[in-house]
Amino acid sequence: MDETAPARETLLEVNNIEVIYNHVILVLKGVSLAVQKGGITALLGGNGAGKTTTLKAISNLLHSERGAVTKGAIKYRGEVIQGRDPAELVKKGVIQVMEGRHCFQHLTVEENLLTGAYTRRDGKGAVEADLQMVYDYFPRLKERRRSQAGYTSGGEQQMCAIGRALMSRPQMVLLDEPSMGLAPQLVEQIFEIVKSVNENEGLSFLLAEQNTNVALRFAHTGYILESGRVVMEGQAADLRENPDVKEFYLGMSDEGRKSFRDVRSYRRRKRWLA
Amino acid sequence: MLTEIFIKPFADMVEAPDFLLQVLWEGLVSGILYALIALGFVLIYRSSRIFNFAQGIMVVFAALTLVGLHAMGVPAWVSVGLTLLVMFGLAVAIERVVLRPLVGQPDIILFMATIGVTLFLIGLGEIIFGGENKVMITEELGIPTGSILFEPWGGLLILEQKDITAVIVAALLVVALLLFLNKTRMGRAIRALGDDHQAALSVGISLQTIWVLVWFIAGIIALVTGIAWGARAGVSFALEVIAYKALPVLMLGGLESISGAIIGGLMIGMLEKLFEIYWGQPLLGGNTETWFAFVLALIVLLFRPQGLFGEKIIERV
Repeated sequence: MDETAPARETLLEVNNIEVIYNHVILVLKGVSLAVQKGGITALLGGNGAGKTTTLKAISNLLHSERGAVTKGAIKYRGEVIQGRDPAELVKKGVIQVMEGRHCFQHLTVEENLLTGAYTRRDGKGAVEADLQMVYDYFPRLKERRRSQAGYTSGGEQQMCAIGRALMSRPQMVLLDEPSMGLAPQLVEQIFEIVKSVNENEGLSFLLAEQNTNVALRFAHTGYILESGRVVMEGQAADLRENPDVKEFYLGMSDEGRKSFRDVRSYRRRKRWLA
Repeated sequence: MLTEIFIKPFADMVEAPDFLLQVLWEGLVSGILYALIALGFVLIYRSSRIFNFAQGIMVVFAALTLVGLHAMGVPAWVSVGLTLLVMFGLAVAIERVVLRPLVGQPDIILFMATIGVTLFLIGLGEIIFGGENKVMITEELGIPTGSILFEPWGGLLILEQKDITAVIVAALLVVALLLFLNKTRMGRAIRALGDDHQAALSVGISLQTIWVLVWFIAGIIALVTGIAWGARAGVSFALEVIAYKALPVLMLGGLESISGAIIGGLMIGMLEKLFEIYWGQPLLGGNTETWFAFVLALIVLLFRPQGLFGEKIIERV
């Protein structure tokens, strides 16, 4: 798919940002990335690499966790957006689907979806139409729409969280770890839906994932983060073929299984870091 | 002794059903006012996890403002409008000065801050309106003051019209509130915020707007409670004490449940009256209403820590 994706305008640009929590803990040490309009960009890396922090820096949910962007710039459509109120960003079309789903447990699935339209001012009819659109993408949600979200399954909650974000009519969805805690089949299904939303509605996705295999199959471009830095970037297809990525993130190797003794030293260092 | 406890009270109830009805009615009226105050607590707790100690003084402050404005020569209904405006101003001020700087702090700090608000409002109220007792402008507001007599089973039942008005207005207020919370965009946002702050932020719900709104609604509830209670007992700072009656109501009903607050309020109102009349006065020398509700709440807490109607904590393992 990456070959067919034509060069498009850059929707979101993150330029060498540094993020500090609680005034002391340095989490991101200069992350730069660009999200093309209408593309799916994957942000990969292990635990603690800084994927979630990068997304929260963009959506500015950092602020309520006592984190702050201390260096660098985040631009959305050429406009500097860091430090803006999350509500303002949602109105501009940037919305985050948080890791761990975060549905409103005591609200029904449908009410959850409707809260996604909170910032919209374009009338009931338009919101209703988008509700139908979300139900078309996620038929399962339509079946469960009267259940309290807290009583639905993990997969349904993930769908609910994504659907809720779609209800805000976004341009750019920051999707944090959609595969977390889900069965492989369900992960596949959710990525298929994300891909079709991307293709049909023209939404751009920035996707943080640990599941490198799935993410690189569905994304157009990818970035690999390690301890707060981007260590590799490129077209998803190229990354998939890259021997280092294969070995460290996909768990396969051209030469088959080999002894750890033979791994080149810089790679060994990386293994410890990852 | 055992017959005194287990048989005689019930025999009395059956013997004079009209008197029993009278007792239940009195209980219902005070119960509905407890429920209103508890509702104010629940609303603020659900949307911000703040236990608002100032709810009681807000009732007094609203009533004082209303009476005070009228005393300055403002027509009664205009005073109501102005008082609502004052309560809105208060909500904005509390959000700006108290809540916003303390966002993200532990709950206990916010609780302490509401005690601060309480003391501030007591002082402000006394400076502006003076500390002496006042009479609620019941007639000026067009609330009927007569009473209606019934004669069920040849007995006598007296219903005061202002109590009937209070019950009806309170019921309408509750229905309106429930509709607002369940059917409107803002109402959904209030409930969403109660469930998950972070997620609410992520979909663009503004904490500030919701907090002002919720404190304003609590202010409206306070005004209605103030008028109703003031009409029965006059307007004084002692009114604040009835707010503490809302605590057992909350324990009984659960801090998060709106229906719990209502049912809990009515239950406590009626049970404490029944206990006082049929058990308290003959056996314990009366005046049990001051402590009965708390003991009841304690017993409930022993068996159901989340209260009778507390929101079930949804936990997936």
